[in-house]
Amino acid sequence: MQKTEQVQYNRAGQRVVSPDYLLFEAPREKQFMTGSEVVKEAVKRASVDASVSYPITPQSEAAHLIGELWVEGYVGVYFRGESEFGVMSEVAGCSMAGGRTITTTSGPGTLRAMENFPMWAGSRLPLQLVLMARGVNSPLTIQPDNLEISFLLDTGCMIWHAENAQELFDMILAGFAVAEQPDVHVPVITAIDGFFISHTREAVMLPPDDIALPPYNPYKSPMPPIDMEMAPGRFLRDPYVMKSNYISYASHTSWQFEVRSAIERSRPYAKRYLKGLIEEFGNPEAEVVFIASGTAGAQAKEAAIMLSEDEGIPTRVIRLKTLRPFPGEEILQAIRNAKYIFIPEFNVIGWLEREVRRVLYGKTNVPVVGSPRVAGGMTMPPEVIVKEVLQTLGKEVKHVV
Amino acid sequence: MATLGPSGYSPYPVAVYEGVLTPPPGKAVLFNEVVDEEIAMREAAKAMLTRENPTIFPGPQVLYSWNEEAKEKAKLVRRIAETLGAKIIPMYDYRPKYPKIDPEKEINPNHPNLTIWHNKIKACIFVGVHCHYANVALKIIRAETDCFTIALCGNAGHEDAMITLRDQHTEELEKFIRVAEEVKKELGK
Repeated sequence: MQKTEQVQYNRAGQRVVSPDYLLFEAPREKQFMTGSEVVKEAVKRASVDASVSYPITPQSEAAHLIGELWVEGYVGVYFRGESEFGVMSEVAGCSMAGGRTITTTSGPGTLRAMENFPMWAGSRLPLQLVLMARGVNSPLTIQPDNLEISFLLDTGCMIWHAENAQELFDMILAGFAVAEQPDVHVPVITAIDGFFISHTREAVMLPPDDIALPPYNPYKSPMPPIDMEMAPGRFLRDPYVMKSNYISYASHTSWQFEVRSAIERSRPYAKRYLKGLIEEFGNPEAEVVFIASGTAGAQAKEAAIMLSEDEGIPTRVIRLKTLRPFPGEEILQAIRNAKYIFIPEFNVIGWLEREVRRVLYGKTNVPVVGSPRVAGGMTMPPEVIVKEVLQTLGKEVKHVV
Repeated sequence: MATLGPSGYSPYPVAVYEGVLTPPPGKAVLFNEVVDEEIAMREAAKAMLTRENPTIFPGPQVLYSWNEEAKEKAKLVRRIAETLGAKIIPMYDYRPKYPKIDPEKEINPNHPNLTIWHNKIKACIFVGVHCHYANVALKIIRAETDCFTIALCGNAGHEDAMITLRDQHTEELEKFIRVAEEVKKELGK
């Protein structure tokens, strides 16, 4: 008897394919797009049930374009929330009801919504936030800066940091595939450096738009989805969990460890769908090593090429794709030949330097240089990074910025 | 599950912090080792047959789900209990109960230790419990009791159980019954 395969279609009439096929096997065609347009293209292929938006620069255009997908029938529910706090609460409701849900925000909007992020994680919601980072005020900044990522690091959400529009596209699709694993099932924040990625146009390779991810199956959730019997957040009414006069510290402790455990369980899935938690670039034997994420990773690569070709200094870049889970073991393995570690960042506090130092503490004596560091909208030309390295190594600085 | 003991500043041991993750498809985890499913089934049956007051904690996915698989699984859970000579104490559907849950008769995922202490349970099986609640309960049981925990999970498994089997559906539960019957004979029970 001939074996027949049942072809499935989603609500938009797109053929349902596996995440592996969509990410790695489907033919791709070159397009020239902004990061915001790429968000639309990813959401279009993600069988998304719900999205809620609120305008804030630089993510407004991406949110608007998801609205167009709703008009075109690719997204089930779409509306504008009352504020970022409203949006992040409303998407939680959509996710609790069993819908695949995505939203976007930036800068101060992230902080306005802050209470919701640990609530998402504690409620085990596999929803996705595309964060187009821009820094926080005061003073008001509408320029590239990724300070707000620091505030999100310990919310219990997975955090991935894309280097360019292509990686953002792939991360949005992979994000759902990883976050919805029953043993993971925590939110994923796919971050980019706003403006650099959201507003600039670059070549991206996209699979056809008549195929899409399989719809989300809420019945594999580690908590029961809400229905007529189960009100939203029903567990919150359990006095053993929520009421201070009955509180069980054991429950709270175990619950919070469980959320963090879920992030750790995402490692093998993230490794598979992102092809590793880190990218290694340059000379594997190099003694000068950059550790960076996002756009700083791209700039570090440019600097590594200049140092190698113009100065004869072999260098290596370890670019982190995930911040939660943090690829500590991968970093320790990758810096085995390092004599100097440089951490270029687009924020004033150096959150990545802090994270890296935590992992290296007691394991190596290699000096860590938390520089160059720019903020508030400053750019970081590769020449600035080259200068920092040459100065630290006591060499003549020939490049002029 | 890895070694018993505190994790960092917390009195709660957490297996992933000790490098133990859920097993890959087709495999199981026995303490901190990835093993074949059958080896884990044999050890699980042995623990239930040799320790005091073995008990099965069936959860809402077996007790209350309105689907054919749940019905079949519920019947198989009863057969497992008969084979292993185990008691059945249900895990209620996570709904708050007033004035309180009777821990002798029902297990609360937020206070599983009360049921285990009261009934002096030395080996137990979690089946049909939603993964989050199973994980919360298993961490507390590891920290607060000397009960040997086994998780028969329909999804990816639970690394905080001492033995975890993943993707356990009707076919796998039937296999577990066959293995348990063999182990029982070997032990002369």
